[in-house]
Amino acid sequence: MSDIVTLTEVEKGSVAVIVQVDGPDDSVVARLSHLGFLPGTRIKVVRRAPLGDPTVFELRGNQMSLRKRESSTIKVTVEEVA
Amino acid sequence: MSCHEPAGQAEPSGSLATRQARIALIGSPNAGKTTLFNRLTGLRAKTGNYPGVTVTRSVGQASVPGGTVSIEDLPGTYSLTPVSPDEQVVSDLLEGKMDGVEPPDAAIVVCDATTIERSLILVGQVLDLGLPTIVVITMVDELAHRGGFIDKEKMENILGVPVVEIVGTKGTGVDDVKGLLRDPMAWPKPVVTPPSEPAEQAAWIDSVLEAISHNPPAGHKRTAWFDRILLNPILGVLFFFLVLIIFFQIIFTLATPLQDYISGLFDAAGDWCTENIQIDWLASLLADGVFAGVGTVIQFLPQIILLFLVVSFLENIGYMSRAALVMDRAMGVVGLEGRCFVSLFSSYACAVPGIMSTRTIPSSRDRIATIMVAPLMTCSARLPVYTLFIATFIPNESVWGPLRAQGLVLFGLYFLGAVSAMIVAAILKRTSLKSDKLPFYMEMPPYRIPGIRLVFTQCWDSSKYFLRKAGTIILGASIAIWILLHVPVVTPPENLTDQQAVSYQLEHSVAGTIGRTVEPVFEPLGFNWEINVALIGSLTARETFVATLGQIASAESDDDVSSVGEALQAQTNPDGSPMYPPATVGAILVFFVFALQCMSTVAVMRRETNSRRWPAFAFTYMFVLAWIGGFIAHTIITAINGS
Repeated sequence: MSDIVTLTEVEKGSVAVIVQVDGPDDSVVARLSHLGFLPGTRIKVVRRAPLGDPTVFELRGNQMSLRKRESSTIKVTVEEVA
Repeated sequence: MSCHEPAGQAEPSGSLATRQARIALIGSPNAGKTTLFNRLTGLRAKTGNYPGVTVTRSVGQASVPGGTVSIEDLPGTYSLTPVSPDEQVVSDLLEGKMDGVEPPDAAIVVCDATTIERSLILVGQVLDLGLPTIVVITMVDELAHRGGFIDKEKMENILGVPVVEIVGTKGTGVDDVKGLLRDPMAWPKPVVTPPSEPAEQAAWIDSVLEAISHNPPAGHKRTAWFDRILLNPILGVLFFFLVLIIFFQIIFTLATPLQDYISGLFDAAGDWCTENIQIDWLASLLADGVFAGVGTVIQFLPQIILLFLVVSFLENIGYMSRAALVMDRAMGVVGLEGRCFVSLFSSYACAVPGIMSTRTIPSSRDRIATIMVAPLMTCSARLPVYTLFIATFIPNESVWGPLRAQGLVLFGLYFLGAVSAMIVAAILKRTSLKSDKLPFYMEMPPYRIPGIRLVFTQCWDSSKYFLRKAGTIILGASIAIWILLHVPVVTPPENLTDQQAVSYQLEHSVAGTIGRTVEPVFEPLGFNWEINVALIGSLTARETFVATLGQIASAESDDDVSSVGEALQAQTNPDGSPMYPPATVGAILVFFVFALQCMSTVAVMRRETNSRRWPAFAFTYMFVLAWIGGFIAHTIITAINGS
């Protein structure tokens, strides 16, 4: 089993699986889960914005961008390294 | 169960027989909700605000077999658990918690077939409400094209509600939706409602996906290809600036001739009144008040329509979210986000469409902060003022190589506006509009060729609103300002020329009196009463400043002067000193960078913020900035020139 890291740390092109969404605020966690960021979901880091942030992720058939502030609350294990 | 009378069981339509059924459209942004709304209602939608909040409400009538129903297009939302005041509207309305607004009789959940996995969360939440519900799946053509699959019949079975597949851009399936809308009370209801616990939701979604034989679509090849270029660190930024340049080119090259044509039409109408109406005051009211006042605003219509068309096209094709992604980090420095940049950018042409385009910003605080600073972006109405004073009073000498003083001053004024907008936004976002906990997220929709219908409908809706404002508020204000400039009627001394008589009247009018009364306020900026009167007149729209000054100047000058510029240069104070010394010119230019001299903008702020407080705040702070800026400019230039 690979180490648990935050989604922010996953390299571009890699695929990870969400372990836990653990924000300081319940409503933020709820919102991320309603966007599809649920434990067990496979997520691919598609690309970073030209200025380095936000990052575009692909999950559940669509692409969603998050800032580092949000992606750092998502704990994942890396499944495929780019 | 629904809230209807028991009598409804005997008659399928229940109490709805006596009044129109109200159907709410629910869906995430980009799901094709607005396209369906337009298909159902045509161009008969009414937009307004929900009571007490800054959220736009669209309601329209749809003709269905056997009558009409009322359709309400709710704001796009990913979930019924609100994290922002905007999303609160959707859940409050559906649960009947909104004062003065009855909950709808039935709901349509709109889902994008290509992202059905994510959309099911919202479907589950809506089914839990217990309202009669149908599920509309959009973009089924794209799903099939990309090799995905959803079994519609099986979906009806597992959800227990009607499911309709549509292609919004072509209109396929819309008649099926209309057929169902005839009698919402007859819709089957789910036997078992979906779980509301987050832990069970994931399992429920998986079970539904399995039941409908879901096969996810292959990645959007075109999107991947475009994004590799458009979001490339170097090419992406270059392309972004290319889009901005083309955007400006379209606005100026296409809109300017049309603008001249419209202002010509209004001038001609005014001239006709002057020549053919025998009652002098009525002719002047119509020519100088109504046609001149409304004309100065209406001439911006081509520009506003074009802006809306371009913005709507870029939005619907999917580029706006990329532009927002590119700019997000830069905007984050002042506490805003990428989508705010798009609105501020539109404001460079005109703050009215800029402010209206803030509707795409999910956080209402970011939205208000953007609205509050949008008028500081140098709009095209300031150009006539800038060009007149720069061309007249700034020497066109070379400062350094090809850089000339006039160009540098113009650039400086644009720059000052943009920098001030960022500073004010940063202050607002650190004080009264501090960000709530709303997380930042932005969907990157696939690039899609937008339906021409959708683009034009959006453009028409926005333009219609602007025209209606011009017809009411702006007309009223133009008449009011004309009255201020012409009342009380005085009899000028016999020996004056016609033009001197006009000036004499202006000097003794209410506006003239106000202009003299406020002289102490504007004296530190080097403004005399004539400039003050022109400032009062320019409250309708900035460019009337030029017209009023020209009127006064030509009335007061003895010689024939060919241009407004020459007339201004020739004007002197009673003591013989020039009326427009460099310090005063500098103060006027800086004053116009900041002051909110535009009724259309105030009116649109009033509507988009749904409050009087925010437009009043904007007007006040911009006036204070304008005064301070003008004073600083006047002081510095006086110190340098020693005069």
